[in-house]
Amino acid sequence: MARRAMSKHGPVRRNRQLNPQRSDKSDRRSHDKAGRRPSVIVRFGAYFTRHLQMMLYSLGKISATPFSSIMTISVIGIALALPAGLYVVLDNLQGISSQWQTTAQVSLFLKKELDRGETERLIEQLRSKPEISDVTYISPDEALAEFRRISGFGDALNTLDHNPLPPVLVVHPAIGQGNAAAVSRLVDELRTLPAVDIAELDMGWIKRFFAIMAIGKRIVFVLGALLALAVLLIIGNTIRLGLQNRRDEIEIMKLIGATDAFIRRPFLYSGIWYGFFGGIVGWLIVHGSLWIVRAPVSQLAILYESQYVLSGMNMASSLALLAISSLLGLFGSRFTVGRHLKEVEPV
Amino acid sequence: MLYINSVRQEHRNEEDMIQFTNVSKRYPGGFEALKNISVSLQPSEMVFLTGHSGAGKSTLLKLIAYIEKASNGQVVVNGKNLARMKRRGIPFYRRNIGFVFQNHRLLMDRTVFDNVALPLVITSDYPQKEIGRRVRAALDKVGLLAKEKKYPIMLSSGEQQRVGIARAVVNKPPLLLADEPTGNLDPELSREIMLLFEQFSQVGVTLLIASHDLALIRRLQHRMLTLSKGYLVGDGVAN
Repeated sequence: MARRAMSKHGPVRRNRQLNPQRSDKSDRRSHDKAGRRPSVIVRFGAYFTRHLQMMLYSLGKISATPFSSIMTISVIGIALALPAGLYVVLDNLQGISSQWQTTAQVSLFLKKELDRGETERLIEQLRSKPEISDVTYISPDEALAEFRRISGFGDALNTLDHNPLPPVLVVHPAIGQGNAAAVSRLVDELRTLPAVDIAELDMGWIKRFFAIMAIGKRIVFVLGALLALAVLLIIGNTIRLGLQNRRDEIEIMKLIGATDAFIRRPFLYSGIWYGFFGGIVGWLIVHGSLWIVRAPVSQLAILYESQYVLSGMNMASSLALLAISSLLGLFGSRFTVGRHLKEVEPV
Repeated sequence: MLYINSVRQEHRNEEDMIQFTNVSKRYPGGFEALKNISVSLQPSEMVFLTGHSGAGKSTLLKLIAYIEKASNGQVVVNGKNLARMKRRGIPFYRRNIGFVFQNHRLLMDRTVFDNVALPLVITSDYPQKEIGRRVRAALDKVGLLAKEKKYPIMLSSGEQQRVGIARAVVNKPPLLLADEPTGNLDPELSREIMLLFEQFSQVGVTLLIASHDLALIRRLQHRMLTLSKGYLVGDGVAN
């Protein structure tokens, strides 16, 4: 073998710098001055340094072409902002609806011919039921006054010669909110009472609202998946262009013995950077939009006599957005580089 | 089939740095670039490879670098039979070979230092300090220590070629392949480069240099392989 030949040739005139040092075991290894293999710690340190250099190097590459990088990052940011924004909207709606949920109640519209004594007896009877926690009486006069105040039809109401509104009992069920079947059984039971004209569960529209929310969540999911795919493709395409521009460099790297993993690494870091900055842009877009709608929303909340304040993305979901976008960048570039790296061979 | 090269088959021996045994290379499309080549190079030998364009010089170098695979015959380099090379092993095999190109193929967006450091950086074996030490040693050897912070574009073509040589030897490979290393240089610079190569040969590096600068080769008095239309037609000291 050549190595044996070397030793047979004896100690040739040695030049410290240029004498090729040979190993006994493997030509994969390199050696320090004394011919020993560098220690694991040294190698790990060098490996870590190399990764850090690569991270900064790919960051430098991105900033070297600011215009096209900003374009790419913006597109990624917009693509991410859509599902993230919808998520925030759903989150807010959920926040509002959880306030309503605790106020589920049954309205009993009583027959108008009922007199005061019969009404009192009915209230007592209902209060004694274990599944009812409280009953509030709203007289026709109170109801009319409230309607006049809220609706703004005051003048029109003045033309009526009598109050058209029935007395109303507002029943608060004692049953837990999760038990929708028990609540509707109670409503059915109340409906059969002779004094009750109409029994209406206010939960009805909340249920519809939740059904719509469920659809909304699915839409966010589908949209999110599609736009994640779009981000993958955008990053993949950007990385592919980078690969083409650096074809010559890759050939040289392969010639001097760089492994595929080494050649891949800066591209993977570029992908992660694109995804990460895209995530930041997406976050900024979401919060910028929230800031824009904040004033009209609080206006609306005042009209509903509510203290509601729009909530943005909390720490956990912000970090999740950045993590997902960075991972999309990693996968997008890994997929592209894996496909194209084999095509670039030195000639 | 009696070619000059078939006689050399007898000299096959385990200690060769490079050993071709009845090697042919046919490219897809049918062009036969090398025909039944048998030749061997000893460690620390300095050998020139000449022939007209298309004679097969580049193909022969590519077979050694494992850029192309032999269609027939056996190529053994540094004790490694290339027919048994796996894809994963190629980078580690190539780390034992230094390449010098006619157009030097430097990375234009990196400094001289970073270009020379590349063969060390691609492994995780060298801490930063060690890289600096070795790169400066290699640059010193080619006389460009003062230009380490410059970019290749700021150097003359002779200097660029020397940067390429520094890169090829920085990790001290036992084998150096050079494809027309003086193709773009004037005679004075060409001689300097060749003197550099002779120094490497003296410290045990095997060199195979493809060149058609016959005047220069004759002056240097080294072994010369001559290719013609894919055949090895000459092997001996040029005169």
